Amino acid sequence: MAIAQSTVQTSVRILRFDRVQRAAHWVNALLFAVLMVTAIPLYFGSLFGLVLARHDVEQVHLWTGLALPIPVIVSLLGPWGSRMRRDVRRINLWTRAELRWMRTLGETPLVADKFNPGQKLNAIFIGASIVVMLVTGSMLQWFRFFPVPWRQGATFVHDVFAFAVFIVVIGHVIMALTHRGSLRSMFSGWVSESWAARHAGAWLAEVRAKAEPSDR
Amino acid sequence: MSSPRDDSPSPEPPHRVAVGRRVFLGLAVLGAAGVAFGASVSNFFGNALGSGLGGLLPGGDRFRIYSITGSYPKVSKEDYRLEVSGLVHHPRTFTLSDLQAMPATSFSKNFQCVTGWKVPDVAWEGVQLSHILETVGVKQGAVALTFESYDHADTESLSIDQAHLPDVIVAYKMLDAPVTTEHGGPVRLYVAPMFGYKSLKWLSAIRVVDRVQPGYWEQNGYPVNGWLDGTTGPTNPTPGLT
Repeated sequence: MAIAQSTVQTSVRILRFDRVQRAAHWVNALLFAVLMVTAIPLYFGSLFGLVLARHDVEQVHLWTGLALPIPVIVSLLGPWGSRMRRDVRRINLWTRAELRWMRTLGETPLVADKFNPGQKLNAIFIGASIVVMLVTGSMLQWFRFFPVPWRQGATFVHDVFAFAVFIVVIGHVIMALTHRGSLRSMFSGWVSESWAARHAGAWLAEVRAKAEPSDR
Repeated sequence: MSSPRDDSPSPEPPHRVAVGRRVFLGLAVLGAAGVAFGASVSNFFGNALGSGLGGLLPGGDRFRIYSITGSYPKVSKEDYRLEVSGLVHHPRTFTLSDLQAMPATSFSKNFQCVTGWKVPDVAWEGVQLSHILETVGVKQGAVALTFESYDHADTESLSIDQAHLPDVIVAYKMLDAPVTTEHGGPVRLYVAPMFGYKSLKWLSAIRVVDRVQPGYWEQNGYPVNGWLDGTTGPTNPTPGLT
């Protein structure tokens, strides 16, 4: 991919997500989808009747859940994860302007970073929910090691976070479907320079200053 | 991509806040607090709203229906039979009206699942298991009981001593109505001092045997003696018995 690119093109492309990031995103998305689909009959068992034996649905949910941290960990660690790590750092560190933008729910002007504060919050929440769901889910599976009030608390937390995950993921999908440039970049990796100028001006400036390598 | 460095972007404001780490840790702490105190929070909501409305809220108390097969066994009230056999003097098959003709016991108790959810104040009515055992006459050498469900998929076990506890009943009413199919009707076992998995649904047969045969859930890792307080017995106080 690292062939001379930009000079011959009329509209310049910038790499937003490398292969490692895209693979991590879509594997993660698939795992979330399976978990959410299997969660519904587990949660509303009495409403749905049972299509499959509950035990089978449980097993799918359990093993998918245990696999959940794999894409994140594999993409972050290892020599292939430099871009992923750099983006995690971006998502972590917020400027005053970003905080103000978030506080005013987007009403203050902002020259956005590679990700806007909403996108950053989405990523942070999903990351935290992976940890919380994994821990509480494991407590429900290997309940024998925990006192009953903790099991009940774990059920409660698993339920509440599941509820939040549904809201956030549905919101994320709606945003993706209504922002085709972003969505396309999660498939192909690339955004146009004009897209970057409109949606991620601060990042574009960095790329231009070569602070961020744009090709891989 | 030529990048003349002349008007390089004004350097980022030096002050950056680690919002990601704070929100991440905040959510993790919230999760941990929920595990530690969620029981009281969900009890509060469950008790305040009842299991009806509470069922719509995350964490609200309500039943979660488990069936180890893909479907519920459907048995009509008329066709229902409970076969009691094994080490007994008078093996017998009871109809639903036979059971209803016997002295009834009713009480309310929290239904507590081993996975942590709980439904407060569930009303039960049925026949004490001890009364059924008295009727058929337990032989010398009997040690335990094996229970079977209508679809023959689920089994449970109780020791003879456990079976004689006053709040272990063969229930035909639950929540002030006949036990529904999804709750194990028309007749199910209700072992009040133990976790819910001991209360076998769709009860079809009781066998008196000479040793404890671990049931379905015990073969899948649950304790054979499912006492609610997590001890190994011998017995629990039985509040709420009327």
